[in-house]
Amino acid sequence: MSEILIEERKIVVPGEVLAIGLDYVPGENTYREEDKIFSKVLGLAAVSGRVIKITPLAGPYMPKVGDKIIGRITDIAFSGWRVDTNTAYSAMLNVKDATTRFIKKEEDLSKILAIDDYIIVDIINVTSQRLIDVSMRELGLKKIQGGRIIEINSQKVPRVIGKKASMITLIKEKTGCEITVGQNGLIWILGSPEGEAAAERAIKMIEEKSHLSGLTEQVEAFLRGGR
Amino acid sequence: MVYKQRLDGRKGDELRPMEAKTKVIPNAQGSASFKIGKTWAIAAVYGPREIYPKFLANPKRGILRCYYNMMPFSGSGERIRPGSNRRSQEIAMVMTKALEPVVDLSQYPNSVVDVFVELPQTDAGTRCAAISAAAMALADAGIPMKDLVSSVAVGMADDKIIADLTYKEEHIYEFNPESLNAVVSDIPLAMIHNTKELTLLQMDGEITKEDLLKALELGQKAIEKVYAVQVKALKENFIEESK
Repeated sequence: MSEILIEERKIVVPGEVLAIGLDYVPGENTYREEDKIFSKVLGLAAVSGRVIKITPLAGPYMPKVGDKIIGRITDIAFSGWRVDTNTAYSAMLNVKDATTRFIKKEEDLSKILAIDDYIIVDIINVTSQRLIDVSMRELGLKKIQGGRIIEINSQKVPRVIGKKASMITLIKEKTGCEITVGQNGLIWILGSPEGEAAAERAIKMIEEKSHLSGLTEQVEAFLRGGR
Repeated sequence: MVYKQRLDGRKGDELRPMEAKTKVIPNAQGSASFKIGKTWAIAAVYGPREIYPKFLANPKRGILRCYYNMMPFSGSGERIRPGSNRRSQEIAMVMTKALEPVVDLSQYPNSVVDVFVELPQTDAGTRCAAISAAAMALADAGIPMKDLVSSVAVGMADDKIIADLTYKEEHIYEFNPESLNAVVSDIPLAMIHNTKELTLLQMDGEITKEDLLKALELGQKAIEKVYAVQVKALKENFIEESK
């Protein structure tokens, strides 16, 4: 005899009982104790079949292999750079992953990437202790020049991008900016000064209202009104 | 030698009016404000972030670090010397121990979650307000937590078991002319909601075993009221806007 105590998209707090009985399975951000399933974060409940999971409304970014992030060079080592990832853990960018060009042993690495440069990178490896390796060898991964970098909560990144990148495409079209969203919550905007400001405001609005539906229309109206 | 009517006219099991809010510090990852009567605590959570000094790092899990601070003007008007002191260090330590059992930082090795609690105004029960605010701020920051922790003080003023003592009730022998030789006890409690486990249990003063058990029973009921306020405040931010 199992019973589910929550509805889809209901807001739950940590420790809230989601379901009683063994017919349901604890998914992401939930845990089971005896026959009850509890929530582990503040978030929105989602039920798919027998699995109950919680979509967090806030929370730290967890580095994952394959994620594109924006980082900042904090130090230069023997054969690479240390990169701040806007999390509790810094990443390592090896020379061989930074450029396809051959680099001589005595070459000055700060000529290629200097401290405080921002870069777009892919995460290629994460250990259980959260040691991160990043790479710049894919297309579109490069050093950031010009524009502005803004920070949002990393849990809101999927909302900023939208389904099949619909939201971010909309902002790009309306503001004429080039926008790169890092999964760690850093966003690079490059365009005209007015366009950059409008895009920044739109993204901040999405961050604030991310738990609401019908956001794409709101953003569209906002961008039209702002011009 | 009797304390019939409480100084502020509350019933024995009645708490001071509570007010809670989250997202009060935009810079922080999570934050909360918790008021109970005149006592007011503001908590801000930063992290998980890189830990300094490095030797504190735990490679198995992230650590929780609490700070407690009463503002210089927060008391009765006597200026409180700013900065850390023996009392605030102890309270920070008991806060950490009260919250640690619910916070799950196993996914964040070598990192730290900092919880800063400031008290702009105090009227007894500050460590309880601080813990209640900190638990809300941690949840607001999206830190994985098994459960929420709620906290309130119970105690005995003269011959009466009461919940949520004020400063005057902790010093009843000064403020109630009929209780000049009264014995007072003040028992701050913190409880995990689902399991009903106590994570904070301290006491000042004297109390008999029977009375202590009665007081703890009263405390459990009182903590439920705090929990209800916490949950409402955490959800409020999102429900209100969606209408």
